[in-house]
Amino acid sequence: MSATETHDPNRRDFLYIATGMAGVVGAAAAAWPFIDQMRPDASTLALASIEVDVSALEPGMSLTAKWRGKPVFIRNRTPEEIKSAQDVKLEDLKDPLARNANLPSDAKATDIDRSAGQGKENWLVMIGVCTHLGCIPLGQQGEYGGWFCPCHGSVYDTSGRIRHGPAPENMAIPAFEFISDTKIRIG
Amino acid sequence: MSEGHSTYTPKSGLGRWVDARMPLPRLVYDSFIAYPVPRNLNYAWTFGGILSIMLVAQILTGVVLAMHYVSDTVLAFNSVEKIVRDVNQGWLLRYLHANGASFFFVAVYIHIFRGLYYGSYKAPRELLWILGCIIYLLMMATGFMGYVLPWGQMSFWGATVITGFFSAIPLVGDWIQQLLLGGFAVDNPTLNRFFALHYLLPFMIAGVVVLHVWALHVTGQNNPTGIEVKSKTDTVAFTPYATVKDALGMVVFLLVYAYFVFYIPNYLGHPDNYIVADPLKTPAHIVPEWYFLPFYAILRAITFNIGPINSKLGGVLAMFGAIAVLFVVPWLDTSKVRSAVYRPWYKLFFWLFAADCILLGWLGSQPAEGVFVAMAQICTLFYFAFFLIVMPVLGLIETPRRLPNSITEAVLEKNKGSGSGHLAGATAAPETKG
Repeated sequence: MSATETHDPNRRDFLYIATGMAGVVGAAAAAWPFIDQMRPDASTLALASIEVDVSALEPGMSLTAKWRGKPVFIRNRTPEEIKSAQDVKLEDLKDPLARNANLPSDAKATDIDRSAGQGKENWLVMIGVCTHLGCIPLGQQGEYGGWFCPCHGSVYDTSGRIRHGPAPENMAIPAFEFISDTKIRIG
Repeated sequence: MSEGHSTYTPKSGLGRWVDARMPLPRLVYDSFIAYPVPRNLNYAWTFGGILSIMLVAQILTGVVLAMHYVSDTVLAFNSVEKIVRDVNQGWLLRYLHANGASFFFVAVYIHIFRGLYYGSYKAPRELLWILGCIIYLLMMATGFMGYVLPWGQMSFWGATVITGFFSAIPLVGDWIQQLLLGGFAVDNPTLNRFFALHYLLPFMIAGVVVLHVWALHVTGQNNPTGIEVKSKTDTVAFTPYATVKDALGMVVFLLVYAYFVFYIPNYLGHPDNYIVADPLKTPAHIVPEWYFLPFYAILRAITFNIGPINSKLGGVLAMFGAIAVLFVVPWLDTSKVRSAVYRPWYKLFFWLFAADCILLGWLGSQPAEGVFVAMAQICTLFYFAFFLIVMPVLGLIETPRRLPNSITEAVLEKNKGSGSGHLAGATAAPETKG
């Protein structure tokens, strides 16, 4: 470090290192506001929760709500759609996890754990964003009658689970609850 | 060759006064007038100058466009339409800028392929090559963010897909993506920061260009034979020889550019970008600008998991790897001969590689289904094989043709070849014909 020859670490070496370290910490502290300002701001985070009225949805109908700038698909599934999703064996799935924010993270991607739960199996509430690169899949298309992403060809089933294509995960289920029989709060 | 003694002698008293204090005129004289260039440079070497002109043109048109543009999701699309319809000469400025980006990339691709063909990356020009790769990366970032600004459907969904790359990174991916977007999806904060960065990056490019030219002037230019300059007869003065040749190259290039600007200004764009961005509706067929298509094809070619790497991360890694591999090309090529002119096998593989890149570009514009996916996978395989297998192995097993002893010998050899060689000789060796 220094041009002068010294044998043992002495007081001056300690001071050099301590000063250098203080400088590094100071530089990092000064850099942090410049990085932190890029993160989602308070007004963006404030839009964290919405309420949606689903009373008009008959079986086979869907609506798209906008939550955190992203579409949320809410679908009242037909009995055939539920049946075809329930008949799928877990080992046939590309992603075996439910990806349901209302359940533990290791919950399996069974149809019941993808839906709104016991007694509300017909309801599917999920973030309508392809888990590949964020496009919005088209509903009731593709070979499983679920969703098809036109961007890079990912195919989802009627439970929103990835079946083939480049997407790695099932479409995410946001945290939500039925606050009445016809109203859902998302977020 | 270049860092020899300066031959600049100021003629006036003021010239001597400035020279003793801040010798900028000396730098310009030594770099752009007396600077010795190989006498055999062909028109592929005019693209460095063309690129400088394009950078200046993009900065000039961009600065004035920024005076009329509004970076707000509600107003951005209409402000661009207003530039075209209402602002005086706005249509011209906008089309110059939009097509200028495309032609900037045309020039940079020719420049890069010229470097690959003539081995311009080999010692001692490794840093020169790497600085060029950094410029190319900065150009891609600038081009991408610029395309987002008009806030059309392709702008929005292009931004969504490309920022989606970062969510593929394990553990911190989502955090990084939100850091880039300033939210959970592409929105107003994203547009604002992209505008700020789109304005900043060209000046960073200009800074790296200075380093690139500096490195060039330390090592001197490569030339079609790939042989180092050995004596004064191997070179001619930059002015007038290179200046005039560069100027002709620029005029021809700008003519083609002007044809696009005035006759087919939207040919290289996409009609979907004249639809205002809709966060709830993805266009049926998302494609990036043409100059990203080969990389887009590579991204989409990885549809399968590779061990612990899922298909999404794999695609992103392959795409970034396709650019990253350029940085190590100087160490991948094991051949001691620079120019493909004397490397028959490398020449063949070079043209196969060029064809492969064009094919990848076409595949990137096609939907990702059926036979296109398989073709893209084969082309991706060849892309990487060219760098990682062909380059290192050919250098070891290929027998190059006999190299001339000097640039001068190569030029004279060519001149006595055929009748048409007379004309070529007149441009290649002006000193001997003059």
